[in-house]
Amino acid sequence: MEFFLQLFIQGLSVGFLYALAALGFVIIFKSSSVLNLAHGEIMAIGAFIFLIFSSWLKLPIPIAFLLTLAGSFALGFIIERLFLRPLIGEALIYVIMLTVGMAAMFKGLMLFIFGGNLFSYPDFLPKYLSIQWGAIHIPPVYTASLMIGLIFLAIFGLFFKYSSQGIYMRSVADNQTAALSLGVHVRRVFALSWAIAALVCAMSGIILGVMNGINVHEISHMGLKVFPVVILGGLESIAGAIIGGIIIGLLETFTGGYISTALREVVPYIVLVLILLVKPYGLFGLVEIERV
Amino acid sequence: MKKLKFHPCGNFKEEYEKELTIFETDFGRLWMWIGIFILFLIIPFICKPYSLYIINNIGIAAIAAIGLNLLIGYTGQISLGHGAFFGVGAYAAAILATSLKFPFWLSVPSAGVIAALVGMVFGIPSARLKHLYLLIATLAGQFIIQYLFVQWESLTRGAEGISLPRATFFGLHIKGDRPFFYVIFICFVIMTWIAVNLVRSRYGRAFIAIRDNDRAAEGMGIPLFRYKLLSFAISSFYAGVAGGLSAYYIGSITPEPFTLFLSIEFIAMIIIGGLGSIPGSIFGTIFIMVLNEVLSGATEFFMNLSAFTGVALTIAPLREFVFGLAIVLFIIFEPRGLAEVWRIIRSSFRLWPFSY
Repeated sequence: MEFFLQLFIQGLSVGFLYALAALGFVIIFKSSSVLNLAHGEIMAIGAFIFLIFSSWLKLPIPIAFLLTLAGSFALGFIIERLFLRPLIGEALIYVIMLTVGMAAMFKGLMLFIFGGNLFSYPDFLPKYLSIQWGAIHIPPVYTASLMIGLIFLAIFGLFFKYSSQGIYMRSVADNQTAALSLGVHVRRVFALSWAIAALVCAMSGIILGVMNGINVHEISHMGLKVFPVVILGGLESIAGAIIGGIIIGLLETFTGGYISTALREVVPYIVLVLILLVKPYGLFGLVEIERV
Repeated sequence: MKKLKFHPCGNFKEEYEKELTIFETDFGRLWMWIGIFILFLIIPFICKPYSLYIINNIGIAAIAAIGLNLLIGYTGQISLGHGAFFGVGAYAAAILATSLKFPFWLSVPSAGVIAALVGMVFGIPSARLKHLYLLIATLAGQFIIQYLFVQWESLTRGAEGISLPRATFFGLHIKGDRPFFYVIFICFVIMTWIAVNLVRSRYGRAFIAIRDNDRAAEGMGIPLFRYKLLSFAISSFYAGVAGGLSAYYIGSITPEPFTLFLSIEFIAMIIIGGLGSIPGSIFGTIFIMVLNEVLSGATEFFMNLSAFTGVALTIAPLREFVFGLAIVLFIIFEPRGLAEVWRIIRSSFRLWPFSY
């Protein structure tokens, strides 16, 4: 029973992390319907920026954190301007392959600069975040990831629902031409959504770095885990990303705990294929209606 | 003697047959025969063993790339699982050759058929899914197959791998680079010939209709699901044959090469070569393989200069960077790929000096 609870808590916090990573993905998809395969690499870049600020330059943690967020926000703008903008109106496969090319570039650059070693942050999380409850021990990282995850998800939920920029984004996602004719600055919306997505990616990259250490290969591999999550939840839905993240996180840790660690890596994808066969647009995704 | 035909200075096609023809002029056909002559009678004898090894690998990859182009470029169904299908072909050939003692000439086509069946299984989601969702479904296929390669030890012997017996063809031992060159490139020519003729047949036209607008294609009476599955099967067959050939060529297989990166490399080949173009897939394959060779050659060059050994170790990851950069630059500046560059060069020669 204790083992079960321990796994449950671990799965929950891993799930929140997935949800957070999926959030950046959903933001990009919602506004520009670009499937970003460089997601994991952008996460890794965020984690490394934080590493530079916090342990190499030895800045205080809150300042380092804010600087990282600002840096990744700028990175998102640059990515959109340099790579994505020339491709507006091109076929889907080109946009996807462009993000694949971007992923290879970023990964090569990071390996060039930092190498394939495992880095770790200085221990900065306060001890009172660690929870001891009977025999169950919850390390501070999990509590922190749960809290940050909840805060960010709430902020973005509200942002999309009430702020004018959020409404612009939704309108662009819904119908680009109609939004354009109603005076929405579509290019700015794209740029902003990439910037926000990069910021969220950096967040989840940092949390992942605190949890497992920072390694280029590992974090960028995590970017692919996002796909089962977003498909389960539906590509356009933030609530879906949260629920999908938690389901996949629990599924993974339980498979890893009770069956085998090797199966843990593929279980999300097996679930994904099954979901796609039964419910192609996920739990909360919009069903596309097409006319010729 | 038949009169030789030249290129007209415009698009004057009066019969459907003229539009379907592969070679517009007799010169095209002549050049093809010259090309085949050079390929089979000159290249194997002037190349060093190492360059022959690279050329053989290009031939194998080109077969898989042509198959993938039939799926992505002609039918418009994106697959991220082709590295795995290639692996299925390699494993099928190895297992058939070792446990069932299939001869070489039988095990390679059967590997293609098995890969085609697996490809069809992972093509089933295409009945309901399109675009992104299908892409993610094939990505899942890639990971599941990769997992099976490592974990299904009774069949694939896990990480240990399988070594294949020597390939024999009617009592003839095929060993070394030169005999394999003939085997690979005879397969390559046959497969290219099939692909070129397939795309101008009834099936190829149905594929193109599905790519351009699947709802309209359905409205015109093309059974979508059947044709999409057919496309998956054909392209996986190509990947499987290529995989089987590469298993025999290398002599032993392990699960490591058949990763997502291989799938991405195949897609990069056809994007750089040009989607929806058979010669394009070949150009793209040559480009990627030569790029790989140049980059590893550069790394090795720095390795050998003792002063720069440190430099060499640090620039090794830049190979991946350059690979990504090549994809990005091609997509931004020449999305139609090398096939389009080739077409522009050709027509500028043809129209010279009045190229307006």
